[in-house]
Parts: sequence; structure tokens; C-alpha cells
Amino acid sequence: MYAYDELDHAVINERVDEFRDQVKRRLSGELTEDEFKMLRLQNGVYLQLHAYMLRVAIPYGTLSSKQLRRLAHVARRYDRGYGHFTTRQNIQFNWIKLAELPDALADLAEVGIHAMQTSGNNTRNVTSDQWAGVAPGEIEDPRIWSELLRQYTTLHPEFSFLPRKFKFAITASAHDRAAIKIHDIGLRLHKNAAGETGFEVLVGGGLGRTPFIAKTIKPFVHGHDLLSYVEAILRVYNQYGRRDNIYKARIKILVHELGIDKFAQEVEDEWQQMREGALTLDDAVIEDIRSRFTYPAYEKLPHMPEELRKAAHDPHFEAWRNNSVALHKVQGYAIVTLSLKPVGGPPGDATADQMDAIADLADKYSFGEIRVGHEQNLALPHVARRDLPALWKALDKIGLATPNVNLVSDIIACPGLDYCSLANARSIPIAQELTRRFANHATADLIGRLHINISGCINACGHHHVGHIGILGVEKNGAEFYQITIGGRADENAELGTLIGPAVPYAEVADVVEDIVEAYLALRVRPDELFVDTVKRLGVEPFRERVYATR
Amino acid sequence: MTSPLEQKKIRITGPSVVTANRTWDGAVIYRTVSHNWSERLSDAAIVRTSEDARALLAESVVDDVGAVGAYVAPVEIKESGNIKPGNLREYIRVHGVTIDLPVPA
Repeated sequence: MYAYDELDHAVINERVDEFRDQVKRRLSGELTEDEFKMLRLQNGVYLQLHAYMLRVAIPYGTLSSKQLRRLAHVARRYDRGYGHFTTRQNIQFNWIKLAELPDALADLAEVGIHAMQTSGNNTRNVTSDQWAGVAPGEIEDPRIWSELLRQYTTLHPEFSFLPRKFKFAITASAHDRAAIKIHDIGLRLHKNAAGETGFEVLVGGGLGRTPFIAKTIKPFVHGHDLLSYVEAILRVYNQYGRRDNIYKARIKILVHELGIDKFAQEVEDEWQQMREGALTLDDAVIEDIRSRFTYPAYEKLPHMPEELRKAAHDPHFEAWRNNSVALHKVQGYAIVTLSLKPVGGPPGDATADQMDAIADLADKYSFGEIRVGHEQNLALPHVARRDLPALWKALDKIGLATPNVNLVSDIIACPGLDYCSLANARSIPIAQELTRRFANHATADLIGRLHINISGCINACGHHHVGHIGILGVEKNGAEFYQITIGGRADENAELGTLIGPAVPYAEVADVVEDIVEAYLALRVRPDELFVDTVKRLGVEPFRERVYATR
Repeated sequence: MTSPLEQKKIRITGPSVVTANRTWDGAVIYRTVSHNWSERLSDAAIVRTSEDARALLAESVVDDVGAVGAYVAPVEIKESGNIKPGNLREYIRVHGVTIDLPVPA
């Protein structure tokens, strides 16, 4: 965990006081909605179909048990008893009242949580690998750099009124769990030929109406230069990014229109003027941040304790362990993913009671720490392997032991038309039906890794472009239709999916997905050829034929 | 459903109402014949021409303190006289989400 200092707490508390005053002035009529809208957005407050929605930041997806309990309290006291974890490691509350928002934010501020810059045209919550600091083979904990960026970008006056929103993601592992290639700036920690640690900097990724995979702008930037280089990128964007057309305002459009080489040169020119300036990070600053991340006092434990040997006879436990438990960098420990994708449930939702129970389990089994992943699942990052059987039983009791992580029913979905004022079609009921169709674990296991992503509109909050199977809700003559893409992926080999044909009506989506999966099972050359690899090998045509031959 | 946030010109083809969200809590509300707001669709003032729709909307947006984001929404008038939402978006705003909430209300 990162230990916030007095300055962090002062900033958050002052922001609550400021927002309380703004809400008061809005409710009295002193501020018009036009005047207030930007202020509420900068505090994560949207107006959705039924109510205001509050989006709360969870920097780099790390939460303490105390913070999770406070989120549960907010869900219970100010909302309807649940929250929704998002694809950017945030949590959203869907039914919150404007008049009560300042109190909710004050309650969150007491545990160091805030909603600053979770909306608006500024730098958003810096996201990272949910296994940061515990993944085997990691270069170093990427949260150190995420935190540096968080401090640097929070309330930064030059970047508070950008042409459009701006998102960072950082990874330090070979396998990218942070989806850095679909972010405005993606940072990959790696070592250069001299053995020094630095960043590959990617820029211009993003989904939405005009999707792009980020391109490498500089293969190696030393950590000392990270902030100055990032500032050079932001300055070029701030200067040249379009403010006249919201659909062309993201940095991805600027990079596309200038070309990556020209854009890179602009950044390089800017950087050369400032690289030796005040933003150069000295070792003391980096070490200060590093020192404020505390790690558990791990015990020396065996990899295969007796408790695990005994539990291995239970096929239900083994199914869960094989699916939801990952190797930890410390022997005797494991990373445990908690699926928030129960059969028939809304993806990413957790009730206040579940949040409290997870916080208790985190205290008992994971040194009080919880992680949030962009796949809308949670993780306990430090579980002793001897405790896995007991943890599994406890998770099962609260509905959080569905063994479907990375399988076909581990669906990423936006709130869709059930909640969202921008949506054209529903996402959640489609996801729910698909989880029912693929509820049989043996079938899902046979299918293997397959990511379905669903968005209820072109804004792509469900990241449908990079789903192995992507589903996009559109409206046709007042009815819900869905475009299907296949072959997308969000990892280190990120690609955009390819449309397989005309949109299909709501009632046929689950049938179409079943057809695609059946085609894959018939076409794959080996059981371990993943769906995306079969699509890459064969293209979309065989799947298109299967889906549309009888439609 | 095309988001009414993208509504540029108001041209209605059937009976319509003006709806918004209440400022202090965000609840769905409808403009009434008595120039007020109600949480019940059945209380809504019905307009049948684009001119009347524009007039009702113009009157509604004046109340910037009480309501946010007013727009014109289609409705159906049943033979019984009951007013029903005219599309899925409005149906959801009237009846709530189409799924079971994680915690029953």
C-alpha cells in the first residue's frame, strides 16, 4: 500500500470543501447548470438516466480493506447498496443525490479516496497492472511511477483544460494486463541493452468512435526523464489538439493526422528545451515515493503446503484454483482473482455486504490489500497458498468464487442503456444471457481463454473493439441491434477486432455468439489454440459464413 | 435509442412530453400542464406539434434551479388515455433498469 502524507489529505479535504460550496451554490441557483457542469465533472459527477452517478478513483487499482469498507458504507448510506467497478479501475455509484454528494465525498476523504479528475478534459486516474508488485518477472513495481504521475498530474493547471480527456496506463510485465496500447499514453517499463530501467512510451491509443492502437514514440526514456517527457507530449497535444470538434479532439486523432514521426519530432523538439529542467526526477524523489509503498512481511512458506494437497481432492476447489489463482513472486503465496461475473449477474457489480466481506477476507488472508483490475474483477494480492482452501470456502459463501476468470463468461460490459444517458442499447442483459448460455464450467474450460466485451454505444466504455468477441449496441429504427467484431485483443499484441457482418437484433446476440464459439471449436487445430489465434490464422470469413448462412 | 443529448432540431411526429432530471437528486421528472414538475408521466403535459414542443421546452429550461437537461421525449397515448413511454430509453427512465438490481429495492 501507498501511505498518503498530510499534503495528500489536505488536498483531498480542501477539494471536498470546495465542491460542497459549489453544490450549495448550484442548489440555490447562484450557479447555473452550464456553469456547474464542468465543476461537477471534474469531481466525477455525471447525470445519468435515473440519477447522478459518482465515479470514484482507485489509483492504479490498489485499495486497503479500510478503504473498501468505506466504499461499502457509501454504497449503503448514499446509494442503493452496491457499486460498479469499471474498466479503468474506478468504482461508480449509480443512484447518488447531488445534495448528499459532498457528505459522501467527505466520508471517502477520511480514508484518502476522492473523485477528482475521474471525468472532464483532464488527466484521468492513472491505471496499472492489478498484479503490480507481486507478479513474477516484473521489472519493478509500476505503481511507484503511477504514483509519481498521479501526484504530478493531479490539479496540474496546465493539464486541467486539455482538448479532451487524457488517460495513462503503466505496465512492468511482459504480459500486459493494463491494456496500455489503448491509452492516450501507454508506458512499458523495461530494461535497455545497458541494463538500465526505463520506459517504452506509446502514444495515441484509444477506442470510442475512432479506435487506434497506440504507437511507440520513444523506445526508451529513463525514469529520471519520465515527467519531462510526458509533459512534452502533453504540451504538444495541448497546443495542437483540436478543440473545435469533440470527435476529433483526442490525442489519437492528432497523432494520426500528423503521423507518428512528425508527432514524435514535435515532442522531441519540445523535450529538448526542457529535459534538464525542474521536472528531472532525482533519485531522492523516486526513493521517497518508493519508500512509501509498504509490502507485507512475507513468511517463508512451502509452495505446496499440506492444506493444498488435501483440498486438491475436491474438484470444485481445483476448478477454482486452476482458474482464479496465479503465481506470486514470493514462494508460498498466490494472487487470487475474485470474479465479479457470477452467472446471470451484472459484470463488475459488488454489493456493500460483499465489499465488507472482501475487506474482512483481505485482512485475514491478504495483509489488508485488495486490487481492482480493468477486467472488472478484484484480486487479493498476497494470499498464503496454505490459506487457499479456507479462502475459497469463504468466497463461495458470498458468491465470489465463480471459476470463470478469463473464460467466456468473464465478460467486460459497460452499464449500457439501463443506466447511461449516452447509450443506444443495453449491455448488461446481453452479458447476463451470455453467462447463462456458458454457465457450464466444463464447456467454458473446453473453450478456453475468450474475452467478450460489450459496449452500449460507440463511446466504447466496454472496450468492444479489443474484445476477442466484441459486441456494440446500436439503434436501428428505434430497436436495439448489435454489431459483432472478432479478433480484437487488449494485451501486448493489441489489435482491433474485425466486423463480421450486419448488426443482429437483441434477441439473436447470444445465438450468434454461440455460433461463433461453435465454429471456433470446430476450426481450431489444437485444444490450446486460443480463439484469437484461430481468428488470426483463418480470418473472419469462416465465422461470418457460420453466423450468416442461416440468417 | 438515439440519445436526446444529440437532439438538435425539435421536430416531433407524435405525442410528446418534456422530461428532465430533478436538480437536487437527479430523479426523472416531467413538465406538467400547471407549469410545474412531476415524477409521474401521467401528469405530463402532452404536446402534439413541433411548435408546441418547442414552446413547452423553452418554458421548461427557464427553471434551471429545479431541473437539469430538459428535452422532448415521445410518448404513446393509449385508448384508455394512459400515457406510455415512446421508446425503450424512456421506458427505462419510467420503470427503472430492465435487470434485477444487485440489492433489491
